[in-house]
This record gives sequence, structure tokens and C-alpha cells, in this order.
Amino acid sequence: MMVGFRTLLFKEVLRFWKVSFQTVAAPVLTAMLYLMIFSHVLEAHAQVHGVPYGAFLIPGLIMMSALQNAFANSSSSLIQSKVTGSVVFVLLPPISYVEFFLAYVLAAVLRGLMVALGVLLVTIWFALPTVVAPLWVLLFIVLGGGIMGALGMIAGIWADKFDQLAAFQNFLVMPLTMLSGVFYSIHSLPEFWQQVSRFNPVFYMIDGFRFGFFGVSDVPPESSLAVVGTSFLLVSAVTLALLRSGYKLRS
Amino acid sequence: MRVAVAIDRVEKRFGSLRALDGVSLQIAEGEFFGLLGPNGAGKTTLISCLAGLARPDAGKLAVLGHDVVGDYRAARRLLGVVPQELVFDPFFSVRETLRIQSGYFGIRNNEEWIDEILANLDLTAKADTNMRRLSGGMKRRVLVAQALVHKPPVIVLDEPTAGVDVELRQGLWQFVRRLNRNGHTVILTTHYLEEAESLCGRIAMLKQGRVVALDSTSNLLARFAGQALNLRLANPATMPSALRARGSESDGTWTFPLGSQREIEPLLAALREAGCVIDDLRLTQTDLEDVFLDVMQSSGTEAAP
Repeated sequence: MMVGFRTLLFKEVLRFWKVSFQTVAAPVLTAMLYLMIFSHVLEAHAQVHGVPYGAFLIPGLIMMSALQNAFANSSSSLIQSKVTGSVVFVLLPPISYVEFFLAYVLAAVLRGLMVALGVLLVTIWFALPTVVAPLWVLLFIVLGGGIMGALGMIAGIWADKFDQLAAFQNFLVMPLTMLSGVFYSIHSLPEFWQQVSRFNPVFYMIDGFRFGFFGVSDVPPESSLAVVGTSFLLVSAVTLALLRSGYKLRS
Repeated sequence: MRVAVAIDRVEKRFGSLRALDGVSLQIAEGEFFGLLGPNGAGKTTLISCLAGLARPDAGKLAVLGHDVVGDYRAARRLLGVVPQELVFDPFFSVRETLRIQSGYFGIRNNEEWIDEILANLDLTAKADTNMRRLSGGMKRRVLVAQALVHKPPVIVLDEPTAGVDVELRQGLWQFVRRLNRNGHTVILTTHYLEEAESLCGRIAMLKQGRVVALDSTSNLLARFAGQALNLRLANPATMPSALRARGSESDGTWTFPLGSQREIEPLLAALREAGCVIDDLRLTQTDLEDVFLDVMQSSGTEAAP
């Protein structure tokens, strides 16, 4: 059953795996550079939640890399196939829009997990993070990856050109992920920016994910889960509605 | 004979442009059907509607009785489309491409059939080559192979020989002819009218989103008389009025359609009696191109508001 869905998922995974140097190794290196620079500058001076800064930084970096790459996976796959025209190969077969959605989002989550694992493996060398609640870790990274994968689908469907997608990535995804408390606890921010951060769903993804490692967080993990879960349902509903209508895919 | 493709009053608009303006066609199982028309006539839009790549604003399309919207899974499984654009997925080899395409259609372990298609399209040697490294003609063959992985009973080829060398064109037609003999329904759009003439049993001509001619290829050719006599007179004014009604004149050359060669002698006799002096005389065979041009011109005046 569902051979069509499984094939599409397989193809989407194979697509990034074949160029994994660029899609997995490169973001792992980027995360490692962040860790080296920031922990070098701040390690001696800072502790967050009673955790040394280097260790504090690791979960946030893992999650940020996973989220950015989940977004990159579905969005770049769609825009590439749209621009080259090879999107017809997935539009001609009897694949339902739900299968289509699941395959792209799941592949995005898998790319996110792959990058996360890579970042974890290289950062262990710097500071071994503890994991007090592995289920929370998994839950938040899968849901977060799902949100970004679905968001990537929306961006990939909407954009007609690569620079439109780049705008989406640079002006929405990057600020949302960078200003989500990866590099700091929001309690260290002025009151105004703390409030602003609370409107950023990525903040809850990072905060909940980090809770899984240290057992401490800026907001209770249950609240974060509620926000992240609701965001996932909302973004998925929008993506499914777009796919169902055939917006920009089926004229 | 079952109906392979039923197109019923299909309309499609892009903004103010009526790409399809009430197209109805029925194509029987086993037919080799030609879809002709100038650029922008609506051929590709019609095929897109049939394949589910575009959604009609009105009307219905069905493949072997399965509605392309309501019952899209069955309809798409029965249809193989070779798209007009030379598209490919640069990440995969030829064999990977065909395996993946099989999977999309719910087929696993399709190696035997994939090998057969590869052999028939002369692609066996390129099976493990990445798509990026193939020539244009080779990529075109892979597109054909991709359309066939699920053994569709109805095959649509949208301009498959555009920009393809003669050798491949011949090989491709042999293969498609064989598929047609084995019972596959083939629908072909092409700019090469001689291809349509030699391959298609029946032809529809589209213009501005409407069917302006629909008949068997032989009837279409016969309708415009198999032959015609073209002549120029040294003294054009002397053309008798009885003959003026029979023929048509353009740039001083008169064309008289002929039902058979026996009509030539009486025609010449009539000219001689009227004292006409013939300057130039030619006997021409109508081909699909004449029919096409004639249909496009005459339907143009009809369609004018």
C-alpha cells in the first residue's frame, strides 16, 4: 500500500542524500563554527540556567540547524522542480495531495534530524550535553521540523523564482530562527524584547527542545508543546489547502 | 469499441484568453489520433486538462470512463503523457528515474518492463548514466520511457519530435506504431504535418480553442480533392464564367480541384473554346498541409465576430 507515497518520500530523501556534502555536512560545519566562536568568547563569562554557555548553546544550535534545513529541503526541492519543469513527474501520477504533503514534510524532518545528529556528533567533542528527557527532545525536533518543512512547501509553491524564495528565507526564516533564543535565554533580554520573542513560534521550539536536555527552560515545556503543536496544525492546514486547490502547481 | 478518451464541452480560460472554448472529442480505444493546430490553439492546454495538470473551468474529461477530476487515480493510471518541454530530474540516473516513476504509479519491481523499454528506445547503454549527461535526444527518449513505465493503455505525446534528429524520430515512430498495434491508444500533437499524415488515422484540428475540423485523415485529404490543376492564363480576362465558379484565383493563378484525372481533359477543352491561352500549368497533389492551411483560413473567417 501507499507505494506512491513511499516512492516520493524515498526520492525526496535520495535527492538531498546524493548531495549530502552540501545538505548535511555544510550546515554541520556552520553550526560548529558558531559553537567555536561563541563559546570561545563567552564561555568564561556566562552561565545560562546554571549551565556553562557552551553546553547551553549546543541544543539551540542543533535545533536551529535542523529547522533551517527542514525549511531548505522542501522549499528548494519544490522551487527547483518548478523552475526546471520536472515537477510534472510528480503531478502526473496518481498521488493524492495528502500523500504529497506527507512525503515532502517527512523528508524535510528527516533532513533536519540528519543535520541535528551531525551537529550533535561534532559538538560532543566540545561539551557533552546531558539529555534528561529524550522524549521531549524528539517530540520538539519532529514537530519543529514538520512546521518548517510545511512552511518550506508553502514558500516553494508560492515562489516563482529563486530570489523570491531567498527573500522568504532571509527575511522570515533566518530572523525567526536566529532571534529565537538559540544564543541566549530570553530572560536576559529587556522586557519589550522578551514580549516580542513570545510571538515567535520558533522560540517555543528551541525552548522546549532545550528543556529535554537540561530540564530547565524559559517557559514550561507543556506550554511550548501547545504552541508548537498548534503552529504545526495551522501551517499544515494552510499547506494542505494550497495543495488541494492546485495553487501554482496545477493551473 | 470502447471510448478511450471522452472530452465533453471543455472550457479553459487564462484571464481573458479562452484557451479552450468548448472542445468536445471522442477518441476510441486503439486509435492513432492526431491533434493539430497552430501555436496557441489550445493543444497543450487540452492535454494538460486531460492529465490533471490544469483544471478545466467547465466540461468533463474522462480516460476509459474515469473522470480525470473525480476519479483521478484511475484516470492517471490509465494515461501516459510525454510532456512537450524537455524536462528531467538532474539528481538521478536513467534507471533510477524509471524506477522512481514506476513507484509513483504504485509499481514495485518493474525491472523487466524497464529493461524492455530501455532496449526499445535504444537506451540500454545509458541506463546508469546521470540524466544531466544525456544529449537532448536521449533525454527525449527517457521522457517517452517515463510515460510508459506503468503500461498505460492511453498514451499522449505532446510534440515528441520537436528538435529531435531524423534517426531518433524514425525509431520513436516505429516503437509508438508497435505500441498502437498492440492495442494502445495514441494521441499525438505535432507541428510536422507529414508525420500526422502518415501516422494518424483520425485528426482533429484546433484553432483558438475550438475544434475546426475532425475527420479521418483520408477523408480530410479527400475533402479537399486529392489533386488540383493550377494554371495561369496569358489573357486572364478570357476565363469563362462557368469555370470561374468552379475554381479559385490567387495572384493570377487559378486552382481547380479535381475529383479525378478524367476531369482534366474537359476542363482544358472548355478553356480552348473560350480562347484562353495557357501560360503555365501544373498538377498538384493535396497533402495535409494544404488541408490544414485551408481549414485554418476558412475557419478564421467563420470564427471572426
